[in-house]
Amino acid sequence: MDQIVYAFPFLLQGLWTTILVSAIVVALSLVIGAALGVGLVYGPLPVRLAVRILSDCVRGIPILVLIFMVYYGLPPLGLRLDPFWAAVAALTLFKAAQVVEYVRGAIGSIPRGQMEAGKAIGLIFSDRLRFVIFPQAVRRFLPPWINGVTDAVKGSALVSLLGVVDLMHAINQVIGRTYEPLPLYLLGAALYFAINYSLSSFSRVLERRYAFVRE
Amino acid sequence: MEVVPLLAIEQLSKSFGSNEVLKSVDLSVSAGEVVTIIGPSGSGKTTLLRCVNFLEFYDGGSIRIDGSEVGFRDGSQRRRRTERDLARMRAETGMVFQSFNLFPHLTAEQNVTLGLQQVRGKSRKDARDTARHWLARVGLEHKAGSLPSELSGGQQQRVGIARAVAMEPKVLLLDEITSALDPELVGEVLDVVTQLAADGMTMLMVTHEIAFARDASHRIVFMADGRVSAEGSPDHIMSGADGNDRLEAFLSRFRGSRI
Repeated sequence: MDQIVYAFPFLLQGLWTTILVSAIVVALSLVIGAALGVGLVYGPLPVRLAVRILSDCVRGIPILVLIFMVYYGLPPLGLRLDPFWAAVAALTLFKAAQVVEYVRGAIGSIPRGQMEAGKAIGLIFSDRLRFVIFPQAVRRFLPPWINGVTDAVKGSALVSLLGVVDLMHAINQVIGRTYEPLPLYLLGAALYFAINYSLSSFSRVLERRYAFVRE
Repeated sequence: MEVVPLLAIEQLSKSFGSNEVLKSVDLSVSAGEVVTIIGPSGSGKTTLLRCVNFLEFYDGGSIRIDGSEVGFRDGSQRRRRTERDLARMRAETGMVFQSFNLFPHLTAEQNVTLGLQQVRGKSRKDARDTARHWLARVGLEHKAGSLPSELSGGQQQRVGIARAVAMEPKVLLLDEITSALDPELVGEVLDVVTQLAADGMTMLMVTHEIAFARDASHRIVFMADGRVSAEGSPDHIMSGADGNDRLEAFLSRFRGSRI
């Protein structure tokens, strides 16, 4: 117990890295995935095809393989990323491919007539997306996406395999000194759970807010 | 008086794949005129209307509103307008849809103000005043804050009309606007259209309400098989049928019931 207390600041540092990795991955993948998702739905054929292929390929590869591909596979091609950014890049790519599918599904669920009504009153394409399509699509998008955010937090543990000292790695290091795996893994599990439980609680609040779409 | 047509459709053709939906259609509408298109389903009525708003790309011929080609750049061989240009042209026509197509996440008032603010560039206050004015005109000032899901079909369609006319379009297009309504709600919507006609709004509409078409229109166009098959005053079309077999066959389905 003493050792856990002693190791706690070190674990918190790891926790911070976990949160940082998750936050960067979630933010980047949202922007990239949303852009690609819009491309997949509304883009010209070459764009649709490219996004389709990218998304299918990325989603068909285990995240771990993706991480190793970026970290060990890219340097011979002249792109050397440090472990932190290599892991973030791989996780972002994976996450973005999922966001693409959420976006496609959310936009696809909106009746054709909505786009036409937007055209009919003279809205340009970007305004139709902004004022007509996105506000409606966000309701469909949020539940799977927030689910995906908790996946990103959990998936971030994989960065420890590149030697990045995140929560998972910190725990393993402390165990390496104390030989007390169970309490430490339980503590780690509790910390991961705390993050994800607050995220999913927050998502329920968001979903309620968008369910009624009253302003 | 020489009347220059506000809307001039010339030799319009349009195919979906190998299916030729419109075969060289000519039709013009003058300012203040109410023209109704009738005809059996599959005759191209709705497609024609959608072409005027460029919701459908047309393959040949031209559609001009106030002298400007709708979908293609002026003075060029069918080079498509830019997105911004196209939006500007579309704002010249108002469209009321069969299935209302109100924005479900916006209140009745916001449905009307969206275009006023984003397209017409009105201030929030101006847009709200205009929206209130038109909602009152369609008898829904008390529903300004309601979401579409809180309105009846007839009320939704009246908001749809307010949304279209508030933009002050040169031509209002009405696409079977009562077809999705329960019979008892049809009257309230048609009353609004009659009012607009009396105020001099230029309208091109597609309807299956033959009696309404006869009473409200200045001119009726009968379409069959992608062509204008007969055209004339309501009395002319409804009575003699001009020896046109297809028109005769079409009208006979309504005889004895509502006419």
